[in-house]
Amino acid sequence: MSNIKYILGHFADPDDMMHGIDKLQENNITVFDVFTPMPIHGIEDKLGIRRSRLGKVAFGFGISGTITAISMITYMLVIDWPMNIGGKPHFAFPDFVPIMFELTVLFAAFGMVGTYFFVNHLAPGRAPRVMDLRATNDRFVVAIDAKENSQHDKIDDILKKAGAVEVKHNERKYVSYE
Amino acid sequence: MSSHHESILREPLVTGENITYSKVTEDILVPVENKPNKAWWIGFIVSAMGAGLWVFCVSWTFWFGVGEWGLNKTVGWAWDITGFVWWVGIGHAGTLISAVLLLFRQNWRNSINRSAEAMTIFAVICAASYIISHMGRPWLFHWALPLPNQYGSLWVNFNSPLVWDVFAISTYFSVSLVFWYTGLLPDIATIRDRAIGTRRRIYSILSFGWNGSVKTWQRFELVSLVLAGVSTPLVLSVHTIVSMDFATSVVPGWHTTIFPPYFVAGAIFSGFAMVQTLLLVTRKVMNFENYITMFHIESMNKIIILTGSIVGVAYLTELFIAWYSGVEYEQYAFLNRVSGPYWWAYWIMMTCNVISPQLFWFKKVRTSIALSWLLSIVVNIGMWFERFVIIVTSLHRDYLPSSWVMFYPSWVDVGIFIGSIGLFFTLFLLFLRVLPAIAMAEVKLLLKSSSDQAKQKLITEQSVDKGQAEYYIESLEKYDSISPNLLNTKKFNDE
Repeated sequence: MSNIKYILGHFADPDDMMHGIDKLQENNITVFDVFTPMPIHGIEDKLGIRRSRLGKVAFGFGISGTITAISMITYMLVIDWPMNIGGKPHFAFPDFVPIMFELTVLFAAFGMVGTYFFVNHLAPGRAPRVMDLRATNDRFVVAIDAKENSQHDKIDDILKKAGAVEVKHNERKYVSYE
Repeated sequence: MSSHHESILREPLVTGENITYSKVTEDILVPVENKPNKAWWIGFIVSAMGAGLWVFCVSWTFWFGVGEWGLNKTVGWAWDITGFVWWVGIGHAGTLISAVLLLFRQNWRNSINRSAEAMTIFAVICAASYIISHMGRPWLFHWALPLPNQYGSLWVNFNSPLVWDVFAISTYFSVSLVFWYTGLLPDIATIRDRAIGTRRRIYSILSFGWNGSVKTWQRFELVSLVLAGVSTPLVLSVHTIVSMDFATSVVPGWHTTIFPPYFVAGAIFSGFAMVQTLLLVTRKVMNFENYITMFHIESMNKIIILTGSIVGVAYLTELFIAWYSGVEYEQYAFLNRVSGPYWWAYWIMMTCNVISPQLFWFKKVRTSIALSWLLSIVVNIGMWFERFVIIVTSLHRDYLPSSWVMFYPSWVDVGIFIGSIGLFFTLFLLFLRVLPAIAMAEVKLLLKSSSDQAKQKLITEQSVDKGQAEYYIESLEKYDSISPNLLNTKKFNDE
């Protein structure tokens, strides 16, 4: 058995790449992942990737921001130190709305981005797990797990026929960043 | 999908021949991957001197106090708050371009959003510095935050718009920063994968390990969309709250309900003018003409004329309501603005903000780079005067005529203002050097659908209506500074 770990099909055009994925799937070859320099619309359905739940995460964080704001302000202005400000009610709800809104946005934005970084393992200084250096520039790279799919020649053939400009056999999973 | 073609009648968002994905990368990274040219150095040295002046004058203020400014017992807010509102307003265009235009699916935002967002962040830094220095004892700035303290704890007054402003500005700054940086990750990864040595190491840290996998992009797009969704009301709330700093007071000329929408329109107006000022120079110096096209310039000019007209209507409404209210203090405040000792400031404001932008109704003016740039400067000046008029003319005639005064800025006031412009440009020029000024990934998205190249291909394939194709070519030749793919055009005309 060869030590090839991944077969990478390099496409120069996103439409060719989509065509290539179709062809691979017709031949029951599973795609490990696809690395592209830009978002490809419609690829999630093709690869059977679920809808992201980050929207719900943002909503949850947002609501917690609203609750934080209203409870903080109520505690400070109504419970802890009620102060007579021009004879107005201590619980002056309309005055609390601007900060409730700001904290909703703040929590939603930071919570969502934080979750995004966490689930995608994005962090400053993290070694980039890149399979090919041109995938962030001008190549649309389809990666196929070579261990799971053993007919390597057939895969090469399908990729080339679909319009791949280059097919690479990688013995390492990721490009070394040392 | 990327193969989706848009109508031939729409103007191309990317011009030039032989534009490929790699050419987009090459073109946009020229300033990042090469030594800067002379124009950059001249600009940088001049701005850095301005930033130095800013450091000096702000330090002077910190050391000797706000007494060094031209403030007096009647006019307690002048150039400081004028500068603050001016800068915050300028910042708003960045969020508008990146968030509101994203929600409206305006694809022309893709090539200008990055630099506009950077501009937002730098403008808010300038604005925040005014807030900190006008506090008098800036080392106690945390007293504006609800932090436990030894006085009880004595909490901040959440009924005060000034406290709302603290929350609004800090939320705005941090959310804009996060939005901007998340959008930068794929482009930083592009630089990283092309660099070697130390540069690669630095950009590798900055890229957070981005790899462009399907899941990364899928979530990235959702994050961008939701951030745009929350930033849109955020940006409106920020300037609304800034306007409430004035509107909730009882000072005649400030106490008006029209302030929030009027301030927001003014903010967008001045922000787009600043984007225009910066980008018209940037596209020339950095050779971005293929990405920031005449269509982009014209679209921004259209927004300037719209928001400028809204501001104009607001000015006239203010005058009308002052008269119609029957309140003599209100009437006097506006009469004083128009014809009092600061009449010249009022009329500079009127001319620069309401009258001169109307020139943009002429397509010739809208599509002239020199005139667009000139008018964008005029708008910037006008919007500074708007805030000056609102603040100083409302204050300088107090309730007691014995307190009536004029405001004269000291050299520190002038130094901080000029210095803040220097600081802004220093940060912007540094940004152009180290980060891609155009969102590469987003421009790549447009290549197959909205580029001139793709449209010319449709024309040669004759898959579009002939009349529409003629319209497309004619309008490009007439208004665009970049000549379209002439070869194809000729071929089409011969047939």
